[in-house]
Amino acid sequence: MSKDWPLWEVFVRSRGGLSHRHVGSVHAPDAEIALRHARDTYTRRMEGVSLWVVPSAQIVASDPADDAAMFDPAADKVYRHPTFYSIPDDVKHI
Amino acid sequence: MASLPPIDLPRGATGAGAFDALAEGGENNVLFGFLLRLGDDSLILGQRLSEWTGHAPSVEVDLSLANIALDLVGQATHFLNHAGEVEGKGRDGDALAFRRDVLDFRNCWLVEQPNGDFAQTMARQLLFSGWQKLLFQALLGSRDATVAAVAEKAVKEVTYHEELAAEWVIRLGDGTEESRRRMQDGLEWMWRFVPELFDMDPLAAFVAEHGLGADLAALRPAWDRRVRSVIEQATLRVPADQRPILGGRRGHHSEHLGHLLCTMQFLPRTYPDATW
Amino acid sequence: MYTTELQKTKAVAGTEDPDKLAAFEARVAADEFIEPKDWMPEAYRRTLTRQISQHAHSEIVGMLPEGNWITRAPSLRRKAILLAKVQDEAGHGLYLYSAAETLGTSREEMIEALHSGKAKYSTIFNYPTLTWADIGAIGWLVDGAAIMNQVPLQRTSYGPYARAMVRVCKEESFHQRQGYEIMMHLAAGTPEQKRMAQDALNRWWWPSLMMFGPPDADSPNTAQSMRWRIKRETNDELRQKFVDITVPQAEALGLSVPDPVLAWNEEKGGHDFGEIDWEEFYAVVRGEGPVAKERMKARRDAWEEGAWVREAAAAYAEKHARKAEAA
Repeated sequence: MSKDWPLWEVFVRSRGGLSHRHVGSVHAPDAEIALRHARDTYTRRMEGVSLWVVPSAQIVASDPADDAAMFDPAADKVYRHPTFYSIPDDVKHI
Repeated sequence: MASLPPIDLPRGATGAGAFDALAEGGENNVLFGFLLRLGDDSLILGQRLSEWTGHAPSVEVDLSLANIALDLVGQATHFLNHAGEVEGKGRDGDALAFRRDVLDFRNCWLVEQPNGDFAQTMARQLLFSGWQKLLFQALLGSRDATVAAVAEKAVKEVTYHEELAAEWVIRLGDGTEESRRRMQDGLEWMWRFVPELFDMDPLAAFVAEHGLGADLAALRPAWDRRVRSVIEQATLRVPADQRPILGGRRGHHSEHLGHLLCTMQFLPRTYPDATW
Repeated sequence: MYTTELQKTKAVAGTEDPDKLAAFEARVAADEFIEPKDWMPEAYRRTLTRQISQHAHSEIVGMLPEGNWITRAPSLRRKAILLAKVQDEAGHGLYLYSAAETLGTSREEMIEALHSGKAKYSTIFNYPTLTWADIGAIGWLVDGAAIMNQVPLQRTSYGPYARAMVRVCKEESFHQRQGYEIMMHLAAGTPEQKRMAQDALNRWWWPSLMMFGPPDADSPNTAQSMRWRIKRETNDELRQKFVDITVPQAEALGLSVPDPVLAWNEEKGGHDFGEIDWEEFYAVVRGEGPVAKERMKARRDAWEEGAWVREAAAAYAEKHARKAEAA
């Protein structure tokens, strides 16, 4: 079986002012070609103004098994949200 | 699209001996002939690259090659439609692309060369796109507004083509023993056709002189610097120069073009009354 | 372009942790998305890997019948459109391979499975494209059938698959229209063009209906796939919908659908149509389609003849990574 190239994750900034967003992946032998493959695959319809490629093997992800410990503790910190505080309606600009 | 530039163009053979070759080919004006050169180069190379579709070394490379082909077919459409307008005989880009025979095609020999393997295809692309980039940069200042407008759009496209081709030539040259051999072979195959790109025949000289076209010979040093640097990075040899092979600009082509046209023109020629 | 259920998986093995399985089933039933690192039953992973890779293979093999006409497209506009469309198919194959890879199978393994004949792809691509009208018919009928199947898959339970389908559906919206436009020109054209158009419809109609897969009665995994939200409508439901939508489109072209039984049934509010030749379908699934060998050979050749390119680029990358480290 002949070999395929490593996998790269592709992130596209769709226009100035927005963050790069994950759109998919490509196979490529190195970073320069990965950028070209990303361009030729994911920006054929004017989808982007900037590209990032990252070796897929370099992505560190949280473990879904730890979801509860990772994300549930944020659930009861309601005081972090502005709607938690009641201010009389006639007080303006706050 | 813009009309004729504000200068007098010699018609047919009346433009003195220098234009005998044009009169022979049946063209009735120089701008028309110049536009055919531009349009046919893009058309024939676009057609060649489209042959790769579905057969590239990886899916990603398939996408890259199709992108280049699409850019080239787009350029051809602009140039040939404009050529039809300039000619003024009611022919459009399709009529020019699909209803001319070999002797009336004005592309260079380089673009009609067979794809060969991926190395040969990339060799052709590097040599041609490098030239096209310099040409379109020069045509930004053409007195023909349409030529200048197409060049402005196309110069970005061909800059990308040239960079992509350079990346591949470097990787294949400096890759494995096999890829190195194939890449060198590819360059050797294509190198014969380089002088034609820079050949200042009477038509080229005329359009350059009148601010329509570019001084092709003047593009050569920049082209040499760039191509030689890529070949060097690829750890390959610059092929030896040989006696120039010319003729494409006068309709005298390799054997390959006729077969390419057979395929490309089959439907409009088989059903001359049909529209598609 | 399309996926059918061409190979069977056994029902969920009894070896899965029942609590995890119950939690998983509940999430899917609540229309939540499953993501790559989430726990999932092995059978779900296997079924999905097979379905998505089959879908990817269909896109890649599907480039060949239409690619056959790129060099012969009859105008500059048609050439650009067809080239862009076939290129989209390469892109769709790529999105789908990427989605399948998140389930833990490499693209290389999937391609190997395709080339060895182990993996299947849509039967439709094993029929030849004879005339330019076939390019119209494929866009109109084959992409039409594909869209019908793919639109609901945008809500499939596996996140990467659903996201790939969103992208595919968005890009594919022009494919069917360009096909129908080709047919319109031909149907309104010269007698030779009309003949081409009718002949293409005659040849592609039944294979298009087969694209939706075996009848529900012979599709034992449908219930489980529907429960897992990796299939959202049954084969027969989609097929009926396709016939009902397509018949008036054929009438608008002035072409006749090659089915003497075809008739509107007021009572059921849909068309009755003739029996599909399922023997032909299963033969094509087995690899006995008219140009199946040509398709597989073309794919294997491209992969094998491209091996030196992939190796060279990998060798270059390795060499230069080492140099960078040493520097």
